[in-house]
Amino acid sequence: MSANQAVRIGAEPSPLVRRLILGIIGAIFLIPVIAMIEFTFRNGLAGDYTTSHWAGLFSEDSARTYRGLYQAIGNSLVLAAVTVGIVLVLLLPTMVLVHMQFPRLKRTLEFICIIPITVPAIVLVVGLAPVYSVVVQVLGGSTWTLAFAYGITVLPYAYRAIQGNLDAIPVKTLSEAASTLGAGWMTVLWQVLLPNLRRGVLAASFISIAVVLGEFTIASLLNRRNLQTALLQVSQSDPWVAVIFALAALALAFVLLLIIGRLGSATPSRRKS
Amino acid sequence: MTATFSLTGPTSTASPAQPSGATVQLSAVVKAFAGHTALNSIDLEVAPGELVALLGPSGCGKTTALRSISGLESIDSGRILIDGVDVADTATNKRDIGMVFQAYSLFPHMTVLENVEFGLKMRKVATARRRERALETLDMVGLTKHRDRFAHQLSGGQQQRVALARALVTRPRVLLLDEPLSALDAKVRVQLREEIRRLQTELGITTVFVTHDQEEALAVADRVAVMRDGRIEQIGTPEELYATPANAFVADFVGLSNRMPAELIDGQVTLHGCSLNLLGDPMPDGPVIALVRPEDIALSADGIAGVVISSSFLGSLRRTRVRLDDGTVVAIQHEVERHPLPGEAVTVRLKGAPVSALPPKVTM
Repeated sequence: MSANQAVRIGAEPSPLVRRLILGIIGAIFLIPVIAMIEFTFRNGLAGDYTTSHWAGLFSEDSARTYRGLYQAIGNSLVLAAVTVGIVLVLLLPTMVLVHMQFPRLKRTLEFICIIPITVPAIVLVVGLAPVYSVVVQVLGGSTWTLAFAYGITVLPYAYRAIQGNLDAIPVKTLSEAASTLGAGWMTVLWQVLLPNLRRGVLAASFISIAVVLGEFTIASLLNRRNLQTALLQVSQSDPWVAVIFALAALALAFVLLLIIGRLGSATPSRRKS
Repeated sequence: MTATFSLTGPTSTASPAQPSGATVQLSAVVKAFAGHTALNSIDLEVAPGELVALLGPSGCGKTTALRSISGLESIDSGRILIDGVDVADTATNKRDIGMVFQAYSLFPHMTVLENVEFGLKMRKVATARRRERALETLDMVGLTKHRDRFAHQLSGGQQQRVALARALVTRPRVLLLDEPLSALDAKVRVQLREEIRRLQTELGITTVFVTHDQEEALAVADRVAVMRDGRIEQIGTPEELYATPANAFVADFVGLSNRMPAELIDGQVTLHGCSLNLLGDPMPDGPVIALVRPEDIALSADGIAGVVISSSFLGSLRRTRVRLDDGTVVAIQHEVERHPLPGEAVTVRLKGAPVSALPPKVTM
């Protein structure tokens, strides 16, 4: 093989190789989803297909039949909302403050925020169990209190999304410019920084929602009812419906990721006054 | 829309406005960062409507002084007075100042017009009035037609013009300019500094301008404060600084100087047989390094022999570097018509102007 014909290490792959890689990865993701869809149309072990499992969801008594599942979906949505609230109210201002006023603490904050990704959920639950015995005494045993634990588990993802955006804009200069123009701290945060952190904040929120909707271990081990624990329960009596809801959760996560992607590429454009 | 001021040309026909700016006083201001004294008991007074440039090398404390006036840096001791009121403990957003930063600082999510309106919005000016004043100020900097654009759709020079309009729209008592031209290319820099000067003169706003570019400082300022190591070495008009520098640092920093070995005898600098008056503080007799301006040396028919190293055409004049017989290399400023060639033998003479001097082992 001549030098010109030699394969260059690190060279861009040919269109064919790219399509092949994309096809393999796509298949890895799509085959289980297609299998799930196919499964929802199966008529038991008979081998034929039916739409009765989908139709059952829209029947008159579905609200009663799947009441527990709907309740769990509600719980998960509340959990997602409270978790996002924790990210926005606690993490975001802390990160902005550290970025502007205490840059030396940046590494420490990053370390703290990354820790949860290294701790297995089961270990986290072992640590959280005694904490939740106190939480139950103070706030009761409502499912929404799980959001405190979820607020920790989403930290690595939310931190990365917000930090990427913080690093991309001149936070100090913008806030100083706003101050010299008469803006107070809250105005700086609300009117100057947040609009420029929109992408990071939305990405953090959507990733948090996706994580919360897919969380099973903590809820199960702390005996709370959310979408995933309910799906497991339903799957024991009606596996088709469980798979339909799992598909719906997947579709929601996919839509959220699409929105994040769109936001990531959006730039302000010329507007007409 | 009617503009209040016209800015379409390098020369202004507008007469200076009655100063609307405030007096700014810094009195014994001290500021240290982790053991390093950035401001070492600074005293400075800026008259209403005056433009004072803070000039000095990196780390001399000029930006810290400016940021202290704005309130973006707190001071350790001393007083900062605006119109006689001590504002050292007043928050930045309450000081009624306008500031243009070195880095582009337009709010990226706002249009040009919204950026300019921002300060008025903070002052709760009614929407219609706000828009009117913002457009009026945009017209002053010649950017009305770009009012609906975003920062990323503007050039660097345009962004700094908008930043200037944004800082001026509230008619602040003090305008602070923190190296606003340093990120721009040379031509735009000259245009914009002329615009800044014209606007400042027309509006009569007290202005403090930080720069490390001596040409910029000398071109725009009423007075220039030369700073070193957190102190003001000298403050005066550009002419005073250039003609009568208070010390060797100022002489060396402001304008070009040739360093020539000389002898100080009875307070006179003796250099190649010429006896020159010494500028600045008296020094003990002995060997010194004389700082001689390029325009104070001339190519002549007789005098000190030397060989031309290079000659540069600078438009209205020419600068020629000559190696003298004693090995000293000097720059000489002369008329364009004379064009010495490298390697040509020439003779030069000192014109006899007073000079500053350094002790022989001091380097800057």
